[in-house]
Amino acid sequence: MMNQLPLLIIMTAVKILVVLVVFLTAIAYTVLMERKVLGFIQLRYGPNRVGPWGLLQPLADAIKLIFKEDFTPPEGNRVLFIMAPIITSVTAFLPFAAIPFASQILPDSLTIYGHKLDLTVAGLNQGVIADLNVGLLYIFAMGSLSVYGAVLGGWASNNKYSLLGGLRLAAQMVSYELALGLSVIGVLMLAGSLSMVKIVEAQKSMWFIVYQPLGFLLFLTAAMAECARTPFDLIECENELVAGFQTEYSSMKWGLFMMGEYCHIIVASALCTTLFLGGWQGPVLPPIVWFVGKTFALVFFFIWVRGTFPRFRFDQLMKLGWKVMLPLCLVNILFTGVIIQFLQR
Amino acid sequence: MHGLQMIFLVLAVVALVSGGFVIFQRHPLRSALWLIVNFFAVAGIYLLAHAEFIAAIQVIVYAGAIMVLFLFVIMLLNLRQPEAEVRFMHLGQKVGGIVLAGFTVLLVIYTVGKVALPPGKSAPLGLGNTESIAKLLFTDYLLPFEVTSVLLLVAIVGAVVLAKSRLK
Repeated sequence: MMNQLPLLIIMTAVKILVVLVVFLTAIAYTVLMERKVLGFIQLRYGPNRVGPWGLLQPLADAIKLIFKEDFTPPEGNRVLFIMAPIITSVTAFLPFAAIPFASQILPDSLTIYGHKLDLTVAGLNQGVIADLNVGLLYIFAMGSLSVYGAVLGGWASNNKYSLLGGLRLAAQMVSYELALGLSVIGVLMLAGSLSMVKIVEAQKSMWFIVYQPLGFLLFLTAAMAECARTPFDLIECENELVAGFQTEYSSMKWGLFMMGEYCHIIVASALCTTLFLGGWQGPVLPPIVWFVGKTFALVFFFIWVRGTFPRFRFDQLMKLGWKVMLPLCLVNILFTGVIIQFLQR
Repeated sequence: MHGLQMIFLVLAVVALVSGGFVIFQRHPLRSALWLIVNFFAVAGIYLLAHAEFIAAIQVIVYAGAIMVLFLFVIMLLNLRQPEAEVRFMHLGQKVGGIVLAGFTVLLVIYTVGKVALPPGKSAPLGLGNTESIAKLLFTDYLLPFEVTSVLLLVAIVGAVVLAKSRLK
């Protein structure tokens, strides 16, 4: 057991690396997907010059971003200005560690050079990096930290528009985190666990969206607001704030903010899939295909909403969060509790 | 076991040093940022003691919500320049401060010396679980729990009344 420890650590690191590379590629192609889908919604082609159907566009974008001039405002706070995009992208990646993307990806034990290796240790054979018993809370914790990137970036830029964008995001995130947290209580009541793997397993017979339609709707809306996507993108509202907290950012620092945004969209979709749409479960096709398929269907929905709805006003945003979504969340919890209590009798 | 002790030592040092920075920074925003670092270190110590739920709540509530509001207020007040240094300090203030601080240190040393601390051990497995905490909260500690909620409600009502009266 003990002499296997280094090997297990290496294998876990490899697993994290594989997931991260796939995830980064997915982010790059989500950007392309957004530009393409928005193009079709607006009756134009979208990027189609680089590679067949514009498939190499993300690569070209990345090269362009890396070689652009990297400007740091001389009046602002240099350290925080550099830290802000790092915080945004790291806190956006971290939640994925607790999201199960498949049932079992490796056999229970492997034989490498005659050594029998027990892969059930630390869940190495499972299709999730870490099955935490407080998985959902961990994801929310990382999500609640992501606000610091924009707030600190906005402050460190020493620019009125940036600061206002950062402050708007802080107010928006705190307001919608409540609705986000409360909208999943119904799922927790049904699954009886905070572990993401157990929540997926609890949906073996029926997806939770059937029992929690209101919860699903509230979660999706709150998640959209947490990602600060149109119609909730008041933080980078062009006609009022130039580009919000990222006004002063250029080059790959701006690229990291963008990566964080698309990362949030994928994580929110994956989370929604796991909590309400049965996660990786589905007939015939392998689990990973189901997971990716459902997640990207939701990513498409996010883009579709962006192409369809106009932006809220800030007071409308706050009203929706506190006076509509929060009471609805509480009603949802109450009804779920009452129904579970009656059914258990 | 040795590895866990090392992690604990690192976290404890980070917690103490960042706590010190919270006090000694002149700029309120920097103090707030160091306080976030401190919360993380404490959350890590909770994790070591198998209190996963408390650790997660620590990050969500303190680092993720309360500190965001702190930053919000600091930025709204636009305290870009640190407070001007206090040039004049009364002799009585200095002496009084030193005497009070010394007295507090003595009190802490005396109390810690007097109490026989049980040998450190982590919570039994499962105690840090959400389920067991919820069970305790809604059975044995139901009354304190509800009283706390009422207290929070009173605070919310008070805040609303204060905010509304200023609007008129």
